[in-house]
Amino acid sequence: MDLTAETVRGIAKLARLRPNPDEEQRLIQDLGAILEFFAQLSEAEVDGIEPMAHPLEVDQRMREDEVTEPDRREDYQEIAPDAREGLYRVPAVLDSD
Amino acid sequence: MHEQTLLEQAQALQDGEVSSVELTQFYLNRIQAHDESLNSFVTVTGAQALAQAEAADRARSAGEAGPLTGVPLAHKDIFCTRGVRTTCGSRMLDNFVSPYDATVVERLQAAGMVMLGKTNMDEFAMGSSNENSYYGPVHNPWDPERVPGGSSGGSAAAVASRLAPAATATDTGGSIRQPATFCGVTGLKPTYGRVSRFGMVAYASSLDQGGMLGVSAEDCAALLGTMAGFDSRDSTSVDHPVPDYQEELKQPVDGLRLGLPKEFFDDRLDARIRASVEEAVAAWEGQGAQLVEISLPNLPLATPAYYVIASAECSSNLARYDGVRYGHRCADPEDLEDLFCRSREEGFGAEVRRRIMIGTYALSAGYREAYYDRARRVRQLIRRDFQQAFEKVDAIVAPVSPVLPFRLGEKTQDPVAMYLIDCYTIPVNLAGLPGLSLPARPVDGLPTGVQLIGNYFDEARLLGLGAAWQRETDWHRQVPPEFA
Repeated sequence: MDLTAETVRGIAKLARLRPNPDEEQRLIQDLGAILEFFAQLSEAEVDGIEPMAHPLEVDQRMREDEVTEPDRREDYQEIAPDAREGLYRVPAVLDSD
Repeated sequence: MHEQTLLEQAQALQDGEVSSVELTQFYLNRIQAHDESLNSFVTVTGAQALAQAEAADRARSAGEAGPLTGVPLAHKDIFCTRGVRTTCGSRMLDNFVSPYDATVVERLQAAGMVMLGKTNMDEFAMGSSNENSYYGPVHNPWDPERVPGGSSGGSAAAVASRLAPAATATDTGGSIRQPATFCGVTGLKPTYGRVSRFGMVAYASSLDQGGMLGVSAEDCAALLGTMAGFDSRDSTSVDHPVPDYQEELKQPVDGLRLGLPKEFFDDRLDARIRASVEEAVAAWEGQGAQLVEISLPNLPLATPAYYVIASAECSSNLARYDGVRYGHRCADPEDLEDLFCRSREEGFGAEVRRRIMIGTYALSAGYREAYYDRARRVRQLIRRDFQQAFEKVDAIVAPVSPVLPFRLGEKTQDPVAMYLIDCYTIPVNLAGLPGLSLPARPVDGLPTGVQLIGNYFDEARLLGLGAAWQRETDWHRQVPPEFA
């Protein structure tokens, strides 16, 4: 299947990835080959077949709405690339002016 | 000491022939002597291991030891370990030290087992050769020029070379069973939901399942008894009683019906591997099992369906790595978008990025029905095929891998060729069934294996068949010459 550079760039944007031009070429090729491989699925006769979620058809379990976790904010923020005063720091999201 | 199985070591500890500190130090020495060439460990936790071993010895003196107290093991570096980094084979998590333990880690530790370290793996468990690790490839202990299989290649190589008596592992599409067969060890992927996924770094959540690699089927049974069971912290964990696997596996093979699906014995299968599998089948037949020809007609569609579903779930699961809360962050981001994109581009390796891309595409507007939904319908068909088969048979026998362990670099240029290596293991994950990989007669000095597939929660029957075959053979006892 032929993918265009534009399509690959569009997917990369959705996936928050930023391939360089060489990689973009490589992805066009690889993703094309993989999609061609996926095309076999169109042969399957799946009319009226329910898509499968959990192998044992277990439903999402509910639990009581109770606090089960202690407050461990410091432990969790210790491993952050940049956290200060209990907050995660990132570049400014809004312009200052 | 290293020729012993895990249960034999447990017995030696119980009989006072060896202490946990001695046993642990013995394995730490073996790791130090041999792992430079294998690269099966990412992190070796020597000091913590000895401290755990001392605690185990104290518990024994106090009469508080359980059956596995003091026995060492290694954890695949996908299981979170509090205070010890968990890399998942990725640059993204190179500096990640989990604030909590995975349930699997917690349970094995509560049983008194000693952690030797964390084993190497394909990045985020995506791969079939362990060549996708940020920490470099793992080498096959039987031939260092060849791959150990993946993604649990480090765990398999460590057990095969007896650098650890057993190791935890995970299996999304064959990542326990395929490296088990490539390295000549025993590996069990339990029923989906049998072992908690809490604290196990997620790749494809509807397929991921924790299990183990060991020397013998009996060793795997002992570990499964400790690892299995309901966990309220994993919403897909199944509340189903945990039997005494070591007791259950003693049930006779006589009278069992073994299914041979023709789709697993097709022309993709190396004839020499087929001969090894047939030898195992003949052994079970000799023990009174009845052979039944069966068919799983939708099997040929399993591999493409799997890669659609796994990639889709991967693209969603790995969205959490944003360079904000933990993991890799790029230097000097211009703005938030730049921070996200460059952190992810730098943090993930090529195969992980490829699967994120393909999964994003398969879930994007206009394509979801053609790919993801369709693949999930095919998955339903495959599950039905197995359910119909299990009306006629008690277990299914199949090969694990169509090929022998291949050379490093041999298949890295062709992603689809690499995907097809898992064609005999993937269907089992799609259906959520348990699968056991057992060492069989080697071919030209390279290990081969046979796979047993069971109905839901029928791990004990698989382990029983495995133990029966391992009483007649010693393939599982063989250690690569360099590590003997």
